[in-house]
Amino acid sequence: MIFNIPYIAVAVLILLGLYALIFKRNLIKMVIGITLIESGVNLFLITLGYRKESIAPIYTSSPGGVMAFPVPQALTLTSIVIGVAVIALMLSLVMHIYRHYGTLDVRKVRRLKE
Amino acid sequence: MNVPDYTIALVVAIPLLGAFLTPLVGRINDKLRNIFVILVLTLNAFLVFLLASDVLTTGIKTYVFGAQDISYPIVRILFEVDAMSIFMAIISSILVTVAVIYSWSFMKENTGLDKYYTLILLLTAGMLGMVLTGDMFNFFVFLEITSIASCALIAFWTHKGESVEAGFKYIVISAMGALFVLFAIALLYGQYNALNIALLSSVIQYTFLDKIALVLLIVALAMKAGIVPMHMWLPDSYGSAPSSISIILVSATLASLYGVFRVIFTLYGNVLSKIANFGIPVNVLIGWLIVALAVISILIGVFMALIQSDFKRLIAYGAVAELGYMFLGIGTGIVALGTAYGKTALDGGIFHVINDALDVGLLFLVAGAIYYATKETSLDKLGGLARNMKYTTVFFIIGFLAVAGMPPLNGFASKLLIYESTFQLNPILAIVAILCSILLLAVFVKVFYSAFMGPQLPKFKDVKEVPKSMLFSMGIIACIIVIFGLFPEFIINNLVEPAANALIGYSEYISQVVVGGI
Amino acid sequence: MFTVETGSGFWNPIIWVIAIVVTFLLIYILRSLGKKGYKKDTEQVKSFLSGNPEYPKEKMHIKASNLYWGFTTSLKGLYTLLRKMHTGNTSDYVLWFVIILAIFLLVEVI
Repeated sequence: MIFNIPYIAVAVLILLGLYALIFKRNLIKMVIGITLIESGVNLFLITLGYRKESIAPIYTSSPGGVMAFPVPQALTLTSIVIGVAVIALMLSLVMHIYRHYGTLDVRKVRRLKE
Repeated sequence: MNVPDYTIALVVAIPLLGAFLTPLVGRINDKLRNIFVILVLTLNAFLVFLLASDVLTTGIKTYVFGAQDISYPIVRILFEVDAMSIFMAIISSILVTVAVIYSWSFMKENTGLDKYYTLILLLTAGMLGMVLTGDMFNFFVFLEITSIASCALIAFWTHKGESVEAGFKYIVISAMGALFVLFAIALLYGQYNALNIALLSSVIQYTFLDKIALVLLIVALAMKAGIVPMHMWLPDSYGSAPSSISIILVSATLASLYGVFRVIFTLYGNVLSKIANFGIPVNVLIGWLIVALAVISILIGVFMALIQSDFKRLIAYGAVAELGYMFLGIGTGIVALGTAYGKTALDGGIFHVINDALDVGLLFLVAGAIYYATKETSLDKLGGLARNMKYTTVFFIIGFLAVAGMPPLNGFASKLLIYESTFQLNPILAIVAILCSILLLAVFVKVFYSAFMGPQLPKFKDVKEVPKSMLFSMGIIACIIVIFGLFPEFIINNLVEPAANALIGYSEYISQVVVGGI
Repeated sequence: MFTVETGSGFWNPIIWVIAIVVTFLLIYILRSLGKKGYKKDTEQVKSFLSGNPEYPKEKMHIKASNLYWGFTTSLKGLYTLLRKMHTGNTSDYVLWFVIILAIFLLVEVI
């Protein structure tokens, strides 16, 4: 049971992110929702790579024993870097939206409809 | 013609390097930068064509980034190019090259064009990477590159509130979609310890987690492709972006569509005939879900296009309907996998991908030309433009007849294949498709009447024909449309049929990597 | 080269091209049979609106939104529904994604 806690946390984070995206009206909070989903997925990836009592996979100076598989960590790093770019772009857009619309309420930021 | 394997790497690397060189070249001279970008993309398109001629004659090509040694089988990225990948790569490179030529005059009065061209080249690298890669995580990375670059380009006119709003909506949708794709990839990776599509496909079991991963991948990628009812970001972003960007966005969404095909046909190719819930095979279940979404797409796309008064939003809703036709063809192909009419439907769907990209692209260019000449996008304020803009009118006529599927243009050939094959699946589908095609014609007749016909309005008396570079790029696409319309069998035999066979013959895709030991 | 076999029929664009060319020829012949007594810049070219004065050109051009008025009015119920569906609210876009995801999961997994 105790080993399932990370997976439960993943589900909770993703659902919280979706909740924020759907029910929160502030654009900044929606951006936070996206970051929550992203953290959930990253946590999932990193949990997949966990091996009990394993060591860092440095082949040249290995003390012996089980090595953790490095791919999930590499994937997570890439995902985090991409996430930073996405969040930065989103926040800059939110800034521009505030400049044009004078509000951050998602219900009022809808000149484009129908 | 035989080309070395590293051409695959070059096709992605050249736009990427060009993207980082563009700001440097831009410091010297604006014209030089434009020529540089056009040269880079033309060279790239040339390489794509060379690669295509090789792949279509000799079969699947692979290229390995990273460890060549089989003893570390995971620390590397594999690019695998089959006929379907190269088919999409051809579409992307044609549309991007045309868009860049078009931008020469269209974006002339804007500032910050260094960034504009850099982003276009990044977007090209992302799209080509998406369609050429054979690795799931790599697919995700290129998907994100594509969405970030296209979001920045949608919001390029930051002085307009609508553009920024559309950019925000697009990035929310695509960031969320891409994260769900990553989640599905993680689900697959956690079970099979592999990221390579071919390797995954050879071991996939269709467990409970695989089902979830399949649903997440299909729905997230279909949303990025813009299928109803997840299409609402599409008219927003197509309508608010500069026209030269709208045409590139068409091919970016089609790259996501390619993702759907790849996932269903190749990644889950081995388990498609398994019996799922209710005693129905998997392919029938997924196929009918996709057909249902496709029919809704066609209906809502056409009905919404009918009441639009903004030129580009109207075309965007038309594009949603066209997307429905593609999904209808492919969905029928999935339901009737293995039968003769299923193959015809698949052919029609894939042929429609390239036809739609060209037709809708041409219409966006025409909308941009009208905006350039009159600074007006609302159809209510336009009128009588055919007197001043003769060539643009001709291109518009070609474009809208092709989109509406009027013989003898290319849209008809693919739609005919879709009609005939869906009729054998269920006659109602074919009836809906034909009726909506007629409505689509009505939609564009409205545009034609209100923008081009009618008396000459006094405020448009001095409107001039658009510059040559814009006419030239519209002319290229119009020529391709007419050629595709006149030689449908040539195109189907040489481009579409191999792509359809590549989708159905997933075992070849797998064996190239797994048995070949690459 | 030209003919596409569709399984139950065929499609050949050349036949259509020939048909279109013949039609245009016929139209041209019919047009050339018309009256030759047309004079430019005379009373002949003025539009006749039962004696009413001619409106300025902006008013004579039917606006795009009014073109299919009959069609949209007769389908008013459908269009109010469609308009209500397209709210333009970003949260609703996400909501639609979640709904479709749920439907697919229900059909596919459970």
